[in-house]
Amino acid sequence: MARIIAGVTSSHVPAIGAAIDLGKTEEPYWKRVFSGFEKSKEWMANAKPDVAIVVYNDHASAFSVEMVPTFALGCAAEFPPADEGWGPRPVPVVKGHPRLASHIAQSVILDEFDLTIVNKMEVDHGLTVPMNLLFGSPKEWPCPVIPLAVNVVLYPPPTGHRCFMLGKAIRKAVESYPEDLRVVIVGTGGMSHQISGPRAGLINSKFDKAFLDNLTKDPKKLIRMPHLEYMREAGAEGIEMVMWLIMRGALDDKVDEVYRFYTVPASNTAVGHIILENRLRGAGKDRRWSFGKAKTKSAAAERKREGKR
Amino acid sequence: MTRAQHDYDDIPGTFVFDAERSREGYHLNMFCMSLMKAENRKAFKENEAKYLDRFPLTPEQREAILKRQYNRMLELGGNIYFTAKLGATDGHSFQHMAAVMTNSTQEDYAKMMLGGGRSVEGNRSKSGKSSKPSKSGKKRG
Repeated sequence: MARIIAGVTSSHVPAIGAAIDLGKTEEPYWKRVFSGFEKSKEWMANAKPDVAIVVYNDHASAFSVEMVPTFALGCAAEFPPADEGWGPRPVPVVKGHPRLASHIAQSVILDEFDLTIVNKMEVDHGLTVPMNLLFGSPKEWPCPVIPLAVNVVLYPPPTGHRCFMLGKAIRKAVESYPEDLRVVIVGTGGMSHQISGPRAGLINSKFDKAFLDNLTKDPKKLIRMPHLEYMREAGAEGIEMVMWLIMRGALDDKVDEVYRFYTVPASNTAVGHIILENRLRGAGKDRRWSFGKAKTKSAAAERKREGKR
Repeated sequence: MTRAQHDYDDIPGTFVFDAERSREGYHLNMFCMSLMKAENRKAFKENEAKYLDRFPLTPEQREAILKRQYNRMLELGGNIYFTAKLGATDGHSFQHMAAVMTNSTQEDYAKMMLGGGRSVEGNRSKSGKSSKPSKSGKKRG
């Protein structure tokens, strides 16, 4: 059986990609941002997921205004980096996992989530920047990726509740896949930012921190938040945080937050990054991807519980 | 016909790219999208007005494009991810566009971001009805 071992959120600011591509990662401004992801790369290298589902949004690259699917699941064998006007980013072609992707599509559609199935798609910085932040800049990406593109550009995006429930349906789909695969799900974008209009530059760290806290401990507090509140409090483009609720819906109700990083700014945006692990029952060996204090503590608690049995 | 009113119209300095703006701005955005191709960028730069004839834009949209009025473009149905392609065609960084939209200099805008960005205080509501932070998730459900 395949299962989701962890969920991660990651920024997808285009300027982060440009900083990588232009070799600026050591500049103090960018070092502050990249240093926050060093631990994450370590975590990912230990976790060695077999597949990553990456929830992201396209920025007028694969989808113009000609077609705007609310949820588009990438079922192709590969997804080339898009040319966003400066030539495609010099990153590896993203390999898909068509078998698991089409299995997910079939399962969630029967669970009443009418996804658009995409068999040919280029992926822009919305997907490739998080890949760099979490996997570094290898010659080939270490695992196949299933892109899930969500419309957060044309209002209204799906509601937080819809996203959360889709996450649950994805989890069910993954768990009904016969092969033993360890899957990580990534929610990208955010956090507070507005890049359009006279209010551009808006940042609301207070909102962001509360959002991160609730994401870990009490996501039900977030799922009924109206779009108006995202836009008012976290900026017009801050609404893309609904995508994180897909990630969160795919996890257990109770999770361990093993890492968090928050910084302002990256370009025009607040960066929020969190790693949430599902608690696994009696799976000592499977814990090899974990690190950090929180995990040690919960691992100890679990050992204690097991000892009592 | 006047624009339908929405709750989000109360957010200051914000043009939400909704269904109505998307409909009105379709050709404006498709013009911006066309700039993804080098040959189109070249043709546009050679003769902007002539290039714009390829798209059934309204006179207001044409004017906003030619004058690089980025807020006006948003108001007339442009979306920032699309209009950013026009800025890139001009060789401008995104911060240049942000400075134009916020009526600031690029230097001041960059400074504001480094200082933690634009505060939400005083920027929540035009009407003042929602000037206090709302408590996440407690409004509904």
